[in-house]
Amino acid sequence: MSIPILQAKEISVVFGGLRAVSDFNLTLMEGELVGLIGPNGAGKTTVFNLLTGVTPLSSGEIAIRSSKDGKAHSTKGMKAHQIARLGLGRTFQNIRLFKSLTVLDNLRISMDHLRRTTIADAILRTRRFSAEEEAFTARSVELLKIFELDDKKDLLARNLPYGEQRKLEIARALATDPKLLLLDEPAAGMNPQETKDLMRLIAFVRERFQLTILLIEHDMSLVMNLCERIAVLDYGQEIAMGTPAEISRNPAVIKAYLGEEEI
Amino acid sequence: MKKKGVDFLLLLGSGLLVYCLIASLAWVGVIDEYYMQLLSVAGVYIIVALSLNLITGFTGQLALGHAGFMSIGAYTAAIFVMRASLPLLPSVLLGGLVSAVFGFAIGFPTLRLRGDYLAITTLGFGEIIRVVLNNLEGLTGGSAGLQGIPSFSDTGNYTLDAIIKFSWIFAFFVATVATISNLIRSSPGRVIVSVREDEIASTSMGNDVTRYKMIAFTVSAFFAGIGGGLFSALIGYLNPSDFNFLYSVNFVVIAVLGGLGSLTGTVLGGLVFTFAQEWLRVLGDFRLVVFGLLLILLMIFWQSGIMGNKELSITGLVRRIFRKGGRAQ
Ligand SMILES: Nc1ncnc2c1ncn2[C@@H]1O[C@H](COP(=O)(O)OP(=O)(O)OP(=O)(O)O)[C@@H](O)[C@H]1O
Ligand SMILES: [Mg+2]
Repeated sequence: MSIPILQAKEISVVFGGLRAVSDFNLTLMEGELVGLIGPNGAGKTTVFNLLTGVTPLSSGEIAIRSSKDGKAHSTKGMKAHQIARLGLGRTFQNIRLFKSLTVLDNLRISMDHLRRTTIADAILRTRRFSAEEEAFTARSVELLKIFELDDKKDLLARNLPYGEQRKLEIARALATDPKLLLLDEPAAGMNPQETKDLMRLIAFVRERFQLTILLIEHDMSLVMNLCERIAVLDYGQEIAMGTPAEISRNPAVIKAYLGEEEI
Repeated sequence: MKKKGVDFLLLLGSGLLVYCLIASLAWVGVIDEYYMQLLSVAGVYIIVALSLNLITGFTGQLALGHAGFMSIGAYTAAIFVMRASLPLLPSVLLGGLVSAVFGFAIGFPTLRLRGDYLAITTLGFGEIIRVVLNNLEGLTGGSAGLQGIPSFSDTGNYTLDAIIKFSWIFAFFVATVATISNLIRSSPGRVIVSVREDEIASTSMGNDVTRYKMIAFTVSAFFAGIGGGLFSALIGYLNPSDFNFLYSVNFVVIAVLGGLGSLTGTVLGGLVFTFAQEWLRVLGDFRLVVFGLLLILLMIFWQSGIMGNKELSITGLVRRIFRKGGRAQ
């Protein structure tokens, strides 16, 4: 089963005079777990923003296979929320939770695009409305259980410890019911034990929800162990793409990382 | 299901209790007509401030022209009552609807932009509406104002009239609170609040944030218009120059004073504001200076307002009392 779920062709973006991403190509096959690495400021997060439509493309094309109709859709002219509804979920490097809302509400907000009742139902508190609320809540609690956050569902997101905020970001992305998940440094700031647990969790949800995952991560050993393929960015350009073994002996990659960190 | 029924009954009960208390105190003369009128005015201010809180406190979009929406509702209702002899209730509702149409028309081009465009646009809108109302003399009476708008009640018994006026305002107040609070505590309402929290995160979770801002703004304009319609029948006289920029700022002050993102806070804020303004009248021209200073001090030392973004909950209070009682046994 190798059907592409995402295809980015020659995508570029220019900020002022800076070509932050330059003719980047990426194809993700269904079920893959691919790593996106590169030195600081290489353009990794910008690639995520381009794929999700948060930042408009300067040139290039992106096609995503919708989880609804199974067809590939060009994201040209689509807004970020429309792209998300194709089945694309994401987390943010600099945690962007709805901080003064509860853990539960953070998840339920991701389900509104599945809502079938109207605003009139909400105002009049109809039976349909209550049933749907209960369904959203039940689904959220189920997801929170996976992340061991269910007993904290009524806490405000801002009161969670840092590591749990990162987990909540993933849970919130999963609540949109995605098939493709983009994780931007999910383990940043976690200690080795937390990182290990998180990786196990990511592997678990990948299996459970049959996800395709694109992962940005700075921890090399982690990327090398977890990912099936790795793309390497430097100054906005893809300098290598291949299996972890291939990447670790690629001269261009070694050069890009010299003085940064040892692989 | 059961719990919700209890909640509803408690709210209904406490609303009725407050209403009966005020009405009977007015009937026996403890609250005189002057204070009944003041309470009614406060009710109107609260309705408009609640509508503003929906867009500014809950959705996070600063709006500075709610006097404009209020005046649209006020003039629409007054004109339908006076020129078309329509009864008050449909006229007030029409005032809300016309105001909502204006809200939609202004929000549509503005709300897709990020940032403070709404503040600037609504500010300009408020001023334009005022000028337009001033110049539509045939319809609005222009700068001479519109006089002789029929009141809610004109029985000749001042006490009874005051009570009936208050009853109208109170009924609309309850309906406004119920609608906005049910909206906020629902799935679309949570998305509205998520726009305030983080617009980019909300879009990335599949939410059409522009659409939700539009909904919040249109509903907001509707209730501001309702407030205006009630105002016209309560005061009986309208003048475009009353609905100026400073008047819009009053509602921002009430919402901030009570706490942005708190409905019960707005209610308290509206009461404090109306009564403070009235009591400070003894200071004559110094009133505005003192009032302004008080507000500045308040905002420096008490930034989150009376309630912050929390709610005062009668049902929560009752439940807590009962739980305590239960434990003691
Ligand atoms: N909206 C923007 N406007 C202007 N410049 C930007 C914008 N977003 C990113 N950049 C620039 O683009 C470059 C790539 O940034 P990006 O955040 O994508 O890097 P990154 O690979 O994610 O780095 P890190 O590992 O530090 O997260 C940087 O030089 C950054 O300053
Ligand atoms: Mg980054």
